[in-house]
Amino acid sequence: MSLRTPLSKARGLGSAKDGVGHFIGQRATAIANIPLVTCFLVSVVLYGAADYETARAYLAHPVVTILMGLFFVSIFNHMRLGLQVIIEDYVANDGSRLALVLLVNFAAFAAVFSSLFCLARISFAG
Amino acid sequence: MSDSKPAARERPLSPHLQIYRWPVTMATSITHRITGVGNALGTVLVLWWLVALATGPDAYALVQAVMGSIPGRLILFGFTLSLVYHMLNGIRHLFWDAGIGFRVSTASVVSVIIYTLALAITLGMWAAAYALGGGVR
Ligand code: HEM
Repeated sequence: MSLRTPLSKARGLGSAKDGVGHFIGQRATAIANIPLVTCFLVSVVLYGAADYETARAYLAHPVVTILMGLFFVSIFNHMRLGLQVIIEDYVANDGSRLALVLLVNFAAFAAVFSSLFCLARISFAG
Repeated sequence: MSDSKPAARERPLSPHLQIYRWPVTMATSITHRITGVGNALGTVLVLWWLVALATGPDAYALVQAVMGSIPGRLILFGFTLSLVYHMLNGIRHLFWDAGIGFRVSTASVVSVIIYTLALAITLGMWAAAYALGGGVR
């Protein structure tokens, strides 16, 4: 017999050991993704194959720059959280798991920074 | 200390995957995970396109040549399908989180609708893109 409560036994279990904030973040970014990914898909249909000048002029419009910036921030955060779940599900070794989750986090931040930088560069150039 | 290990206790195993009949909801579930990874890989292409556009005409011409090739178009078509499917099924996930749509019959019908709709929307997007040919000016 144990005197521990059922709650204390459940704490820290599961492949990730914690994660309410992570769970909520995944949902919050999923909701934000719906309009932002829709904007992206429409843009791709309209300008995906556009020539250099046309594509730059489109992205340089402030409304487009802002929407695409928000799109990148939202999807890369969502991606970071989502890939982390998958890694935690399948990689049992503590060291490899930690390394992979770190890598995903670094890659996601690099992706956010690169995309925002390129958008700004295109937008400020006119 | 004896060196013989205590006999491992026979514990029940959960059945392996191939034991199940595959209901369509199982397929949509794993497809959501696969398309999540697919979307992540696809963003690499989006980034490449964007960095090239910010770099200059030569870099952009290279991206256009690669993405405009037949293999390039096939990959982009798959990426589009992956994004559209994941978005539709992601919306369903959000309804599930709110406790809506769990009846087995409902979930199965919605699964078929999502597969169909994802393909229809993707084909529609590509038809529209081809009709515009080279982008709006
Ligand atoms: C278009 C709007 C999107 C919506 C509504 C959406 C929704 C969701 C939801 C609700 C989940 C959680 C699923 C679960 O609990 O099992 C999820 C997981 C995930 N999403 Fe998205 N998503 C979207 C776009 C994206 C994009 C653009 C990417 C990649 C860049 C992405 C990558 C992932 C990954 C990797 C997972 C984890 C999958 C898993 O755990 O099996 N999603 N998505």
